[in-house]
Amino acid sequence: MANRLNCRVVLPGESISNFISGLVSDNFKTVLGPGLQRHSDEIVVTKCGILKYKKPNLVWVESHEKRYVPVRGEYVIGIITTKGSEVVRADIGAGDSAVLSLLSFEGATKRNKPNLQVGDLVYARVLVASKDMEPELVCVNSHGKSGELGVLPSSGFLFTVPLNLVRKILCPSCPLLKTLGERIPYEITAGANGRVWINANTIQNTLLVYNAISFAEHMTPEEVNIMCSEILHGNQEATLVTMLK
Amino acid sequence: MLSDNKENETQSIRTLSAELSNLSRPDGSAIVAQGDTVVQSAVYGPVEVRPNKELPDKAYFDIVYKPLTGLPGCPEKLRERVIRNTLEATLLVNLHPRKSINLILQEMQNDGGLLACCINSACMALMDAGLAMKCLVAALNAVITTEGDVLLDPSLKQEEEAKACFTFAFESINHEVITSNTQGSYSETEFKKCLEICRSASMKVFDFYRECVQRRFSKEIDR
Repeated sequence: MANRLNCRVVLPGESISNFISGLVSDNFKTVLGPGLQRHSDEIVVTKCGILKYKKPNLVWVESHEKRYVPVRGEYVIGIITTKGSEVVRADIGAGDSAVLSLLSFEGATKRNKPNLQVGDLVYARVLVASKDMEPELVCVNSHGKSGELGVLPSSGFLFTVPLNLVRKILCPSCPLLKTLGERIPYEITAGANGRVWINANTIQNTLLVYNAISFAEHMTPEEVNIMCSEILHGNQEATLVTMLK
Repeated sequence: MLSDNKENETQSIRTLSAELSNLSRPDGSAIVAQGDTVVQSAVYGPVEVRPNKELPDKAYFDIVYKPLTGLPGCPEKLRERVIRNTLEATLLVNLHPRKSINLILQEMQNDGGLLACCINSACMALMDAGLAMKCLVAALNAVITTEGDVLLDPSLKQEEEAKACFTFAFESINHEVITSNTQGSYSETEFKKCLEICRSASMKVFDFYRECVQRRFSKEIDR
């Protein structure tokens, strides 16, 4: 953990200029992430949460949120709300609904467009995210390939979790999804907007994955590890006890 | 003996307690108790705005105050307006143009200092929702009794008997006044005295905010 630091709890209005000048050397320009703003030569916190630092020069505030604010480049799960001939609109849980062009799918042409229905789920990437404009989604990467993006199969189960939980389970150091996969076959798609889609072979397994994810919210990394090892050993009772703790 | 006791009483505020995120549906919620005064608040936002309320450069900040019984009348609408103006000064509304931030306040129990408790509860709900703010805000209530003494954070009975009643809201950076709401007649020195007593007590409220947030994030911070 040498290059990542969970520093301390900060509240809006706090100045952290002194703190940053102790961390970031003068050779670098400090990059301010979410929850921080610069006022003339002071750096002020605007959200309450944990101040985090990544070497060499990245500082941000990790906070608890439930409402998504679009950010360019993030992967989200949208629900199609209206259908047009050129574009569809998708609800991504933000203040505005997002626009998704039917031509921004792999291999789509004017004559050959994907057939989307209202209520379909799409896993897409945010292309335009500006506070003054409505967000725009795409289902292709810069090479015109879909990669993992596109319409999600209708057989899965979608649920909404707080945004910090999605960040937690998607963090490479979190063993939860991997351990679950060693025990039960399932598919998962987690959007940065707090929507998680899972698809397992049976209802029991779907619920197990759902419970494991939702209980991970209030667990420390160590507790997640304990839960994972219990899931791995198939000890259902112990798993339940850990979850309910 | 009596005066000693009284001196002590005037300087302290009633016990503060709060629970963050106690409701599951809103984006942020908090229930705050100041002694026996309890206010529940919930925040939704930034969400879509009604076209007639849309502002091109900032978010529309809407507050609904729900009294314990009956429909909101003029005093409730006034209180709503005071809370709205206080909190809009601290929120970074310009980050979400053409959106709306909705705050709902439900009075649960009133034992004096309701306006102050509303502002504190609303501030905690906004903190809980993770909305960007310039600073935090702490509100305090004080009265001047018929004998001319200053009484900090009075009960409803003491508030009703008082000569004058003050509610001040302070910001967390320089502890300057954001809102001053007064009722009754008082002299300039009395006003200043109340203001200073409330200002020094506001530190306790800010400490309480920090303690709440620290407890909330206790599982994520490296030990």
